[in-house]
Amino acid sequence: MTEPIEWVPAGIDVNRPSAARVYDYFLGGAHNFAVDRALAEQIAAMTPNIGETMRSNRVFLRRAVRYLAGQGIRQFLDIGSGIPTAGNVHEIALAAAPGASVVYVDIDPVAVEHSRAILAGVDRTGVICADVRDADRVLAEAEKLGLDFTRPVAVLLAGVLHFVPDADDPASAVAALGAAVAPGSYLLISHATGDGQPAEVIEAQKLSGRTATEIVLRPAAAVTSYFQGFDLVEPGLVFIPQWRPDPQDPVDEHPERVGAYAGVGRKG
Amino acid sequence: MTDFVQLWLQKIPREGFVPLDGAGLEALLQRLADRLHQGTDGREVGAELVRAHLTDPEVLAQTLPLIADRELAGAVAAGYAQALRQATMAEQEQLTRAVLQGHASVERALRASESRLRAIFHHAAIGIGVSTMDGRIVRVNQAFADLLGYTVDEMCTMTVPQLAHPSDPPGMWQLYEEMIRGERDHVRLEKAYPRSDGGAVWTDLTSSLIRDEQGAPELTIVMVHDITEPRRLQESLEHQATHDPLTGLPNRTMIAAHLERIFKTAGRVGLCYLDLDGFKRINDTLGHLVGDALLVAVAERLAGCADEPCRVAGRMSGDEFVLAVRDPSGPDEMRALAERMLAELTRPYEIGRHHLRVSASIGVVDSDVGATTPAELMKAADLTLYVAKSEGRARYVMYDADRNARQSARYALAAAMPDALDRGEFSVVYQPLVSLADERTRGVEALVRWRHPLLGELSPSTFIPLAEETGVIVALGRHVLEQACAQAADWARRLPDTPIFVSVNITVAQAHEPAFPSEVAKILADTGLDPRLLVLELTESAIMDTDGAPLAALDGLADRGIRIAIDDFGTGYSNLAYLRRLPIHILKLAGPFVDGLRNPASASEGAAVDEQIVETIVRLAHALNITVTAEAVETRLQADRLRQLGCDTGQGYLFSRPLPPDAILPLLHKSGPRFAAHP
Repeated sequence: MTEPIEWVPAGIDVNRPSAARVYDYFLGGAHNFAVDRALAEQIAAMTPNIGETMRSNRVFLRRAVRYLAGQGIRQFLDIGSGIPTAGNVHEIALAAAPGASVVYVDIDPVAVEHSRAILAGVDRTGVICADVRDADRVLAEAEKLGLDFTRPVAVLLAGVLHFVPDADDPASAVAALGAAVAPGSYLLISHATGDGQPAEVIEAQKLSGRTATEIVLRPAAAVTSYFQGFDLVEPGLVFIPQWRPDPQDPVDEHPERVGAYAGVGRKG
Repeated sequence: MTDFVQLWLQKIPREGFVPLDGAGLEALLQRLADRLHQGTDGREVGAELVRAHLTDPEVLAQTLPLIADRELAGAVAAGYAQALRQATMAEQEQLTRAVLQGHASVERALRASESRLRAIFHHAAIGIGVSTMDGRIVRVNQAFADLLGYTVDEMCTMTVPQLAHPSDPPGMWQLYEEMIRGERDHVRLEKAYPRSDGGAVWTDLTSSLIRDEQGAPELTIVMVHDITEPRRLQESLEHQATHDPLTGLPNRTMIAAHLERIFKTAGRVGLCYLDLDGFKRINDTLGHLVGDALLVAVAERLAGCADEPCRVAGRMSGDEFVLAVRDPSGPDEMRALAERMLAELTRPYEIGRHHLRVSASIGVVDSDVGATTPAELMKAADLTLYVAKSEGRARYVMYDADRNARQSARYALAAAMPDALDRGEFSVVYQPLVSLADERTRGVEALVRWRHPLLGELSPSTFIPLAEETGVIVALGRHVLEQACAQAADWARRLPDTPIFVSVNITVAQAHEPAFPSEVAKILADTGLDPRLLVLELTESAIMDTDGAPLAALDGLADRGIRIAIDDFGTGYSNLAYLRRLPIHILKLAGPFVDGLRNPASASEGAAVDEQIVETIVRLAHALNITVTAEAVETRLQADRLRQLGCDTGQGYLFSRPLPPDAILPLLHKSGPRFAAHP
């Protein structure tokens, strides 16, 4: 028996808020239930910037995917893709680089089914229900869906690693992904941080424990360490709004208020 | 960009997520502004805003005041609201469908996982079984059922203890009990299961305890893997390593191990060591196939004699067998056993179309295990076997400690000879050969002595037969010949006017070495001895082959000028004919003839006959131009009588004992004393 028994996703409990659906609510979507909205309002009340954080993360993703397409990347592995209402990675990627391949990965079976619905009929796209901590499975399934790991791939970890507690060793999972991709590949990370944040953010973070996973705030050094084996491209690891802003989008004078870092690295 | 669009861009708040970038948003608003100008399509403009995901209600609040036409503004608002409602409902429906789908796929995955587990259980090549804490077997897979020859349903009516096998070690069920009590989570061992057909199947078994959520033992699961074949192979390899492939009897290794066991666990031990008589002849004349078949038949009969659990027969090598007995009642039992073995083995054999009879010799030992060791026991039995052989074969001989000690000493002596030769422990002494006419020394006979570091000087009669048995005689003979020739050459140089010959004994084995003539030639060349001063003494049996052919080397040796003497003439079946045909120069009369001449005063009839024999031999020899030497001349009377009978040369204590070379020299001078002067 060489094949491991197929991974069975956790059950679905719609009476508990889901990170993906809370995120969708902050983006103005209606893919959410009352429990999700109640939690989102509670978080927003404590941290008025949270909506901005979520939105700026989405905007960063758009800029970064365009940048990556501009660097010649034609394969995207979006891990923690969630339930995106609008501004999906596959839309941005396909607009910038027709013919690109995009694979979404999420641990939430509802998010996976939703992605499956919106990707139906779109060539060279696919969805995997998997845990970012199980890098081997993610890679194996992505390869089955057509990603070619002998050619450069962009691995997107936007707003996902802060859901992995230290005990689960997120660095190893990132290292495994980084080891599997070919030279010339890119690693994208955005990650919540307590750096420069007022005390209420820490409180809000505790609220996030009501969703399936608690958010872990990590300092810049910890997030930078995930880029081992990759060279951070300009401007390095910065607060999300500072990462290659569009000329017409003037950067807020307090970019740290979004409480999240972003960075993109290239494998030499 | 119109002022309207510019204003609109400024008013639309940036808080909400806008999937469009700045340029995209401007292009969209420009397009919508154009449509508003046409004033016809207000509802569609509102809907477009929603489709562009400008869904924050604040967008509408900021847009409506920019539109002067109230009716148009109303249409935009209505279009926006309706589109937002539709989008929300669509997204909710999408989400609900995703949740349902999610449930379905989770269930599907679970079902797939379960059915895969079931498939693994049912189709696994190894046997898997589940039993409850009270020992009931509740589930088994096909492989387990097949292994034991039952159906799955049959096995599910059985209990774990029903699967006990006589070969289960006592500790095994204790392990099972410990697992049932929850003291042990895993057990791994090799176990035999009884099969429904009465056979057994050997398995490599792993059993694990399954606990419930509270940690209490709930089930045991056992996985078994068939190792019957590998085990059989291992057993057959072990059998091959410990049994003789021809006869199937235990081999030397196993007999040694068996003896070790007897010595550890028993009080007495008996051993019959057996060897077939003349087996080599059967192999040589009838072929190895017949020989092998005979060995198989012999082995069967011996195995028949080992008909009690305390008796084990084995094959040591070739045609040597043993029968070991644990705790024999005494020598009588061993004697009876040996007699029975001889009786069994001498019954005729039908091998193919051959009707064969063989006999055997047996050495029998019966001993207290405290008095000996397995190796000594084996050696004693082997030595005793050789006694049985030398006493005429077809018999058994009981071990005798004294005889064994003598035999052992002999073997020790034989084994020491090659080293003794290297260390120069063998020396050569010389006994004068005296002309009976004038009693002056004409030559010497070289005789070998062994100065043993522990036993002192040994006479040739002690060690020459041993040297002949072991083959050392060839090297020893060469050594004596070299020494003697070198010595004689030395004397010849010192006394050029008094030629003294040296007579050297050559054994049968030496004489038949193909290299013997060339060896003699080389020694003569190396020492510089005149060949005419060398006499080679051979017995009749050395000169004549068993089938009557004369020694081929003789003519060649004689042609070189070397003289040939027949030693101990008259003791063998003296064939007078060869004296005429062969280059024989000297006859040496055996001691018994000379003994008869010792005392003519008490001349018996026998003495008179001896005289006549000696006279006849001398006359015959002289007629053939052969000289005669008498050995063992001890009295003056003998010497005188021999001279009167015409005997040429004498040798014996009357003249001189064998002497070391230094003592010989004075005797050789012309002016030296005549032996007659020393009565």
